[in-house]
Amino acid sequence: MRQSPRDTETSSRRISRRALVLGGLQTGMLGVLGWRMHQMQVDQADQYRLLADENRINMRLIAPARGLIYDRNGVALAENAQNYRIVIVREDAGDVDAAIARLKQLVDLDPDELERALREVERRSPFVPVTLTDQRAWEDVAEVAVNAPALPGITPDVGLTRNYPMGADFAHIVGYVGPVSDYDLDRMDDDDPLLQIPKFQIGKTGVENKLERDLRGKAGSKRIEVNAAGRVMRELGRDEGIPGSDLQLTIDSGLQNFTQARLSLGMSAAGVVMDVRNGDLLAIGSAPAFDPNKFVRGISSVDYSLLTDNIYRPLANKAVQGAYPPGSTFKMMVTLAALEAGEVTPDETIWCGGYTKVGNRRFHCWKRGGHGHVNLEESLQHSCDVYYFDLAQRVGIDRIAAMARRFGLGSHFDLPMSAVTAGIMPDKAWKTERYGQDWRVGDSLNAAIGQGYVLASPLQLAVMNARLASGTAIEPRLVKSEGGIETEVRGAVSLGLNENHLRMVRKGMYAVSNTRRGTGYGARIADDTMLMAGKSGTSQVRNITAAERARGVTSNADLPWERRDHALFVAFAPYENPRYAVSVVVEHGGGGSSVAGPIARDILLYALHGGLPPLESYPSYQRDEIRVMQESLPLRGAEGGEESSRA
Amino acid sequence: MSYLEYNVKRVPTGLSKVLYLNWALILLLTAVASVGFLMLYSVAGGDISRWAEPQIKRFVLGMVLMLTVAMVPIWFWRNMAGLAYGVSLLLLVVVEVAGTTGMGAQRWIDLGFMRLQPSELMKITLVMFLAAYYDWLDIKKTSRPLWVLIPLMIIIAPTYLVLHQPDLGTAILLVAGGGIVMFLAGVSWWYFSVVIAAGVGLVAAVFTSRGTPWQLLKDYQYRRIDTFLDPASDPMNAGYHITQSKIALGSGGWTGRGFMQGTQSRLNFLPEKHTDFIFTTLAEEFGFVGAISLLTLYALIIVFCIISAMNNKDRFGSLLTLGVGATFFLFFAVNMSMVMGLAPVVGVPLPLVSYGGSAMLVLMVAFGLTQSAHVHRPRGR
Repeated sequence: MRQSPRDTETSSRRISRRALVLGGLQTGMLGVLGWRMHQMQVDQADQYRLLADENRINMRLIAPARGLIYDRNGVALAENAQNYRIVIVREDAGDVDAAIARLKQLVDLDPDELERALREVERRSPFVPVTLTDQRAWEDVAEVAVNAPALPGITPDVGLTRNYPMGADFAHIVGYVGPVSDYDLDRMDDDDPLLQIPKFQIGKTGVENKLERDLRGKAGSKRIEVNAAGRVMRELGRDEGIPGSDLQLTIDSGLQNFTQARLSLGMSAAGVVMDVRNGDLLAIGSAPAFDPNKFVRGISSVDYSLLTDNIYRPLANKAVQGAYPPGSTFKMMVTLAALEAGEVTPDETIWCGGYTKVGNRRFHCWKRGGHGHVNLEESLQHSCDVYYFDLAQRVGIDRIAAMARRFGLGSHFDLPMSAVTAGIMPDKAWKTERYGQDWRVGDSLNAAIGQGYVLASPLQLAVMNARLASGTAIEPRLVKSEGGIETEVRGAVSLGLNENHLRMVRKGMYAVSNTRRGTGYGARIADDTMLMAGKSGTSQVRNITAAERARGVTSNADLPWERRDHALFVAFAPYENPRYAVSVVVEHGGGGSSVAGPIARDILLYALHGGLPPLESYPSYQRDEIRVMQESLPLRGAEGGEESSRA
Repeated sequence: MSYLEYNVKRVPTGLSKVLYLNWALILLLTAVASVGFLMLYSVAGGDISRWAEPQIKRFVLGMVLMLTVAMVPIWFWRNMAGLAYGVSLLLLVVVEVAGTTGMGAQRWIDLGFMRLQPSELMKITLVMFLAAYYDWLDIKKTSRPLWVLIPLMIIIAPTYLVLHQPDLGTAILLVAGGGIVMFLAGVSWWYFSVVIAAGVGLVAAVFTSRGTPWQLLKDYQYRRIDTFLDPASDPMNAGYHITQSKIALGSGGWTGRGFMQGTQSRLNFLPEKHTDFIFTTLAEEFGFVGAISLLTLYALIIVFCIISAMNNKDRFGSLLTLGVGATFFLFFAVNMSMVMGLAPVVGVPLPLVSYGGSAMLVLMVAFGLTQSAHVHRPRGR
């Protein structure tokens, strides 16, 4: 169609007009775009920069090295061992199944563990290393390394795990670590980010548990840049964190080893050795024990039920958790209470006719026929019960209990071990509160011979004995130093008792161990420079009923194990210049002097000699027997004994 | 022929035409394309062969095409407009029937050496055909209903096919591009008011149809709209693109993180970082200064198109130049709005910068047409 020049002019002007309108609209739109750029890139830049950094920067925790635990001589009790692992990276492996098949020809793989690992491999991104198996021997790892060309994507790797070189010896004291569980997280109320690391090892029992926060250290971290798929591109920064504090315990590993071995001959037993001068706990034995390393690796259910089903309760630390009637070992407390109260003099004699009658109830002495006239020293020497029935009625339970508490009975010692018991030191108020009943004279009589309501742990008996020997209120100490800083010795001040009274009690204990008619004479030390003073105790778990007596049950040997008497013995040595206090409890062991006494004596001798004692320290007629016993003990090897010293 | 009114003999001939090219425009196009090469080099992590090199080759080819098209007299192109539109429409039908399926949408024809997107072609041939239509039409009839209906049909036919692919972005560009040419040709304001009102009604209808049997859009298109309205609602899936894109853009700040230092693109947080979202990398690495500079380059291209058109007394030439400029404007305005969270993610590339063959070549040919119009414009006495 032809167009006239006029039309063309009109059209051109119209187009120009409309073009300007369009240009105006476009300018407006450009303005909006520019404004938006300014808003995002200038006004809100910081906010977006932060989001970008959150996108790309991840924090990865670095687990600090756990603090090490040493004995008093620097022998390692808990260390961080190399944990050799075998890991696979899917994208490097290519054919995962083929690579695993070749690996199987080289090392043994647990099928369950492997299945779990393979599922993990499937789930994770292809570049994430997945642990196929850990806690491997060095040989396995070497095998993998040597055959690396045939095992694409499979590499050996090394991490840290806890190891207890002393095995069962320190199972109860040091305890063990294990992977943190949901239950732990609920219970601990600890927001340390380290706990969020899968399988992070925390202390489960013993010192490992109680001093967890000191041992754990502070988490380090590294800032890494990741891409959208989570692959680590580079490390931006690193903070190594603070390793956990090293601990030095007061325990002597050689003495501990001997104590454990010697106690285990008594089946189910516990014993504590304490330095009377500074309260250092040199050995805390509880037999039987278990291998804590098994728990670190993850104990099998079979092994675990073997431990829980065992009637000797290997998992319990009986030395601090077990509360036993102290039996006659309690008589020193009654003696001191009576002396301090002025209710008895050392020379006064009391007639023992075999029993005491209170109301119409008879309280028998352990010796049916009675001891005749008995003075203070003889009462301990023979462990005459009637003498103490008499003292108890004179002094009263409240004064006895007050005295016993000064010696640590009924008190809780703040030591970093699991479930440390306070025992029970009853008095009138206690009974009213506990049972809503009045204290009766019979209760005092039972308490006077360490029966009835009185309960004490081997630890408490050792402390009581150390305080008797030193006359000070010494407190037990388990941690010698932490992070290189020495722990303070506490309680090395006088108990405030009349020194003569203490000496009389010690003299009685001397008579127990060193006079022909003393109950502990059979378990004496024959070396005049190291004489010991002790006291036996045999505490009934239950009474032999009249019916049983009629059936002919008269001795422990006729009863099932769990109903036999507990055998106890406390001692200190050397008598002249006390250095070590010891307590031994053999659960359902029978007689204190015959069963617990020799154990206490052997442990004391080992402590005094700083190693296996020479046979000359024993009474000559016992030496053959002792030699056989010493040779049969499963000790850690000669160097363990050499290392221990009298610090 | 309107040219007879002017001194056609004044129109340059032969190689002398080269002197009459709009060289400023060529320089601007080269500058924008160079920004593209730089960014493609950067997003490939310093690898020139991955995206930058093929893009440079295409640009060179595009430049040759542009100059070739520019040498041919504009009236030849006007006579070819109908044919070009017809072929484009036919190709759209071919993709609809037998196109290769890729990216979940049937959009291209595999020519062996390149994949041809008929919808890209259509963006230009539609403008060309409408310009030719209004050149032919008696201007007194411009606003008569029948003569308005015809260009509407010309726009709606390809739009329907493109929407069916489905490619919402291109459909919007076609409608907007065609509408702008009609507006420039002088169609009465009334029609536009009615169409805008109808458009608002349509949007309402689209939303109310959701979930009903007569649903107008595909589910994924609805989800994109949802995501646009509230990207934070689905940050890991549907909203991921836009959220990451905004983070990249905003974190650039005033001057950016520096060339090749953009963490968002290097660490693969950005999706389609070499195609539709390339602007975010530019904004991240060169900051507000870089982004506003590119915007200025684009704006200058539009300005030169408008100046060229207003100096052109030839109706076809001026309409074509303005139409191409407007389409180009729509490209980058929609793309930038999209990556800055002002518009839904509809899949519109950043012109001359995003990696892609069809779009680049078609745009260069389109600018060749404006050059031809510029060179062969009627000269006054």
